[in-house]
Amino acid sequence: MTVWIMISIIIFILLFAGGSAFFFYNVSKIRRNILLGKDIDRTDKPAERIKTMILVAFGQKKMFNRPIPAILHLFLYVAFVITQVELIEIVLDGALGNHRMFRPSLGGFYTFMVSFIEILSVLAFIGTLAFLARRNLLKVPRLVKSELNGWPKLDANFILLGEITLICFIFMMNGADEVLYSRGMSHAQNMGDGSLGLTISSHLGPVLFGGMSEHSLHIIERIGWWGHICMVLGFLNYLPYSKHFHILLAFPNVYYSNLEKKGKFTNLGSVTNEVKAMMDPSFTPPAADPNGPMRFGAKEVTDLSWKQLLDSYTCTECGRCTSACPANITGKVLSPRLIMMKTRDRLEEVGKNMDANKGEFKEDGKSLLHDYITPEELWACTSCNACVQECPVNIDPLSIIMDLRRFLVMEQSAAPAELNMMFNNMENNGAPWQFSPSDRLNWKNE
Amino acid sequence: MSELSVKTMADYMASGETPEILFWVGCSGSFDDRAKKITKAIVKILNHANVKFAVLGTEESCTGDPAKRAGNEFLFQMQAMTNIAVMNGYEVKKIVTGCPHCFNTIKNEYPSLGGNYEVVHHTQLLQDLLNTGRIKIEGGSFKGKKITFHDPCYLGRGNDVYEAPRSVMLNLDAELAEMKRSRQNGLCCGAGGAQMFKEAEKGNKEVNIERTEEALALNPDVIAVGCPFCNTMMTDGVKHFNKEQSVKVLDVAELIAQANDL
Ligand code: SF4
Ligand code: SF4
Repeated sequence: MTVWIMISIIIFILLFAGGSAFFFYNVSKIRRNILLGKDIDRTDKPAERIKTMILVAFGQKKMFNRPIPAILHLFLYVAFVITQVELIEIVLDGALGNHRMFRPSLGGFYTFMVSFIEILSVLAFIGTLAFLARRNLLKVPRLVKSELNGWPKLDANFILLGEITLICFIFMMNGADEVLYSRGMSHAQNMGDGSLGLTISSHLGPVLFGGMSEHSLHIIERIGWWGHICMVLGFLNYLPYSKHFHILLAFPNVYYSNLEKKGKFTNLGSVTNEVKAMMDPSFTPPAADPNGPMRFGAKEVTDLSWKQLLDSYTCTECGRCTSACPANITGKVLSPRLIMMKTRDRLEEVGKNMDANKGEFKEDGKSLLHDYITPEELWACTSCNACVQECPVNIDPLSIIMDLRRFLVMEQSAAPAELNMMFNNMENNGAPWQFSPSDRLNWKNE
Repeated sequence: MSELSVKTMADYMASGETPEILFWVGCSGSFDDRAKKITKAIVKILNHANVKFAVLGTEESCTGDPAKRAGNEFLFQMQAMTNIAVMNGYEVKKIVTGCPHCFNTIKNEYPSLGGNYEVVHHTQLLQDLLNTGRIKIEGGSFKGKKITFHDPCYLGRGNDVYEAPRSVMLNLDAELAEMKRSRQNGLCCGAGGAQMFKEAEKGNKEVNIERTEEALALNPDVIAVGCPFCNTMMTDGVKHFNKEQSVKVLDVAELIAQANDL
């Protein structure tokens, strides 16, 4: 083993270990943030949950309500999933100082797999270009809304440009190696077949690099190889800062979906106890919560459930929810996507605050309600469930809206005046309007 | 027009009988002038099909839906528990509602508060009555007319009921045209989530106008609805476009009742 190979093994292992460690460090922070949420049970009906996950997350079922982006996205998605297989070889090659170590033992299957990945990479390349065009040239409305200005827009373009770079590295690596192999100069074990047989690179390689010297070809091949693994590690560590985190969280998020009918809202148990005590003097409410008095509804991210917080980290910012939202369509300030983005932003802020204060949250005088999400947004919602229906990863923006409304009404008595009137009518007359309960059956004789 | 035969739960109790089903009329159906017509249409059909049904009459009270969607969980649960006490007192088993909001609330949100009933929306009951031959429709006045159905959010997306109203209307021999946004993708009329009881927030359009526009683009003779709130919103929308002479907004129950000259 030459000294250069030794050095490259060491660099690789350091890079890989460092990249993975930093990723897991960031993931553990996100996990902690999510677990700041209130407990809810989403472990029932495992069979139905797995089925939902296979259909919606793995099978991308809801994506296909819009076929064009669904197919483009499928290219990227399948390429992403299948390329992980190749990554196993790359990591082992890097750690052991080998070159295409699976080829001799896998033979034809190896050629098939790598060729398959090449074809998927070309499709992903096309998909990525189309996505860049949809965002930057065609300006699909939901992708260029002003709520995405700044980081979200950059983030989306970064990911797509990164994807393109990654694919270029793959073809540099494979293309140069094909030319080297045909000259009998590749580091891959020569099996006397004159070509690696890669569907795309065996043609693309000679066109791009055919006239180059052996030395240049080896350099290009290595740039491709190192570029590839660096991009992968870079991507991995970019995920926790990006909406792109959905590629990992989509699966657990769909698994823990709400399986109830969408029209069914939760009944607050804390309220049930109070109402029972009010209506039935003999009722003894269960012992008070040792964690102090509960809030009715949610004011802060920590008043939401862990699932709602998981939702916020899973959001892809695709805007399907917002483009179907009747309030948003008619020019109201409400955007369900923005509800999710603001929840995540506030949660990140709370997490950073905790990091800076030895794991304890230090009061910063802000809250999700009012400082991030305004009552005007909340009161524009018709609770129509279109956003929930649309979301390809089963996020529920409506549940957050409702929990914040509950806080506004029950803790701050801050309902719009007309709604207070409606409440009064209901309390006094048993109907939201001012009619006498004794007139309820009058229609019969009219 | 024949007299409506409507008995209350208390009437049944007094005569020692039990009805097949409780008809939950709802606040709109009881008090709103337009919605009362839907209530009567439902009653006419029930009478025609000889369904032994009861209403709660003055013992009925709001389900609490608008309070709950507006965030007032206290008021909702007080309403719910009051209603549950009344219905459990009468040993109610099966309920039909004239409103998807009542339907959703009683069906989904009452059980954990102690109210367990089999609940159907009136379009589901109509479907059942048609399937079992208890009512029949012979062509009738909607033959060849163009009808488009607006999915109520709390019937459709909220509870996955999309086919019952459509299969009922198939019996009308009419042309059923679908709006682009229908079924799962249906657009709200703008009334849900307690919006019915307040001014809309600031925007550049009313939701019901957006929705009515979509319906009118199909040039329908009838916009069919299954919810008294949608009815109000769509009726206002049609008036906004001065189309009330040529386009009727009718509940599925009214279509069936009118087709049978009830
Ligand atoms: S439920 Fe509310 S936020 Fe969601 S689409 Fe309907 S109006 Fe918009
Ligand atoms: S909530 Fe769902 S539909 Fe809305 S932007 Fe996020 S991922 Fe897309």
